[in-house]
Amino acid sequence: MTPLLRATALRKHFPIRKGLLLRETGRVRAVDGVSLEVRQGETLGLVGESGCGKSTLGRTLVRLYEPTDGSLEYKGEDLLAMRGERLRSMRRHIQMIFQDPFASLDPRMTVGQILAEPFKVHGACPPGERQDRARMLLDKVGLKSSYLNRYPHEFSGGQRQRISIARAMALNPELVVADEPVSALDVSIQAQILNLLKDLQQEFRLTYVFISHDLSVVDHFCDRVAVMYLGRVIETAPKDELFASPKHPYTQALIDAIPRVGAGKRKMKAALSGEVPSPIAPPAGCHFHPRCPRRHDGCERDFPRLVDVGGGHRVACNLYEESAAVAQPRSQPIPGLGART
Amino acid sequence: MSEVVVSVRNLQTTFHTRVGPVRAVDGISYDIGKGRTLGIVGESGCGKSVASYSLMRLIEPPGEITGGEVLLHGEDVLGLPDAQMESYRGSRMAMIFQEPMTALNPVLTIGYQMDEQIMRHTGLARKASRERAVEMLEMVGIPSPRERYESYPHQLSGGMRQRAMIAMALSCEPEFLIADEPTTALDVTIQGQILELIQGLQERLHMSVQFITHDLGVISEISDDVLVMYAGTACERAPTQALIDGPRHPYTVALLESIPRLGQRASRLPAIGGMVPSLYELPAGCPFQNRCPRVTDECRAARPSMRALAPGHEVACFNPVTA
Repeated sequence: MTPLLRATALRKHFPIRKGLLLRETGRVRAVDGVSLEVRQGETLGLVGESGCGKSTLGRTLVRLYEPTDGSLEYKGEDLLAMRGERLRSMRRHIQMIFQDPFASLDPRMTVGQILAEPFKVHGACPPGERQDRARMLLDKVGLKSSYLNRYPHEFSGGQRQRISIARAMALNPELVVADEPVSALDVSIQAQILNLLKDLQQEFRLTYVFISHDLSVVDHFCDRVAVMYLGRVIETAPKDELFASPKHPYTQALIDAIPRVGAGKRKMKAALSGEVPSPIAPPAGCHFHPRCPRRHDGCERDFPRLVDVGGGHRVACNLYEESAAVAQPRSQPIPGLGART
Repeated sequence: MSEVVVSVRNLQTTFHTRVGPVRAVDGISYDIGKGRTLGIVGESGCGKSVASYSLMRLIEPPGEITGGEVLLHGEDVLGLPDAQMESYRGSRMAMIFQEPMTALNPVLTIGYQMDEQIMRHTGLARKASRERAVEMLEMVGIPSPRERYESYPHQLSGGMRQRAMIAMALSCEPEFLIADEPTTALDVTIQGQILELIQGLQERLHMSVQFITHDLGVISEISDDVLVMYAGTACERAPTQALIDGPRHPYTVALLESIPRLGQRASRLPAIGGMVPSLYELPAGCPFQNRCPRVTDECRAARPSMRALAPGHEVACFNPVTA
């Protein structure tokens, strides 16, 4: 089956320009060769730490950023070749929700104007009916329709996020890219918004790309997960598989580092030392090798490909590269890694 | 319980606003023993940060500490003359923040700022103070501490800045440390590093720690006791494991249910309906009444005060959930 969205070798580099002539002195390799599929009706989680490129990838997938290189297909059609009217009509099907509900709503527009804007831009609904549609949208996201004439500052963070969601739903999209939609919210509100997104997904058969740094939320919300590190996807698998048996040492460390409720007080042991290197000059070979507890000769030289280890589980790590067929790591696991102390 | 280092009694902090006084912290009490960690958890606006600032006497007008006592080894720091309080800050009690740039001066080097504090509190000369500062930077795991001593805050990454701030806060070996969401802005692997660091230093210096966070996972892993706050009041206090295993206040129960947990399979999260009430228009009675599934007329009429249900386990609720 053709996936809803397919990215192949997608790159997004940001040039760093210096001096009077604005010569390019370097590049931030925010997304550096990502291939992935988003299937109809699923929720794909994109996870990783700050600077791993997950937000840039999200924005590139909806063509808010023009990719530097690579291809993007929507239902088998070349999304990057679309221009003018064709692109505009395509944009109706792909929407985005942002992290900061304080920054993503125009403070000088009323809720009614914010929600009528998509109809106006796309000429989707006669002007006379727009307010009614806006009321229906508010109702769908659990807000009173009497809020239409209020301004964003009159709402709490959770309510604003509901307004952003309503705006994204206005044109009946097929794909919604949600960039950390609950990260700025308190836990009790976070649960409300996650439930709302689930309900809307069921009612409108939405496909989500869900970007988050919070693995517990991703584990709850997503069907499949792609883990990113320094601009690349280093592991992707169905959620249960990924959390039950993470293969990449980075994913293992990431999962190990999540504080768990009810695990009891423990002596903290950092899962990883060091920090994410700069995406301007990423380490050669496997980007993760300077922090990797299982690196061996060759990791600083060989750039690992994403190889299938079975069951839709793909990992980019030299431990699995040669023996992909048998899905066994080349060396024995280091005791203690991935285990809780 | 071990020797009590900090004892907060009925602390009350009020902000005098145009619309009238707002009780950001309304009568909370707790003790922290030597070498123990108390976690304070709650959502935005529950007063957990204001409580911490109050302990350090860092509340500025229109805010004011309007009642209660903060006893450090039995001595009420709220009654100390300003000059003496200043000498306590940094040397006996210290605080670290979520955003290190709120504590670091951007135009002075890390070393200069550390020296300033060390020389003031210990009376060491500059040379000795410099040695001490470099030693601290090394102790918090900053690579090449001698170079970093000369760095400005902006030259460090977020995680390193957090370490530098911790080094500064602990340079005079305070007996009481307040950590206000110190890992919230950090990535999860860096968070692990910082938590490990704080724990290690706590053991080494036998510090008592008050750790504020909204993350129940972090609370559960690093604290001995937990205080849950809601709308300026304390609603439950208990040893951590007892609270996680058998929460008694309906808010704590709901809070624990509403967080997604790794490996837990449910299609929907039991969310808490509604929102935290505004401190401007708190209802009479229990502040949680409008979201509480167990609410009765009694809750609307009077505010429940803390009472012990089990040794060390206190709840402010008329109809606590049965254990």
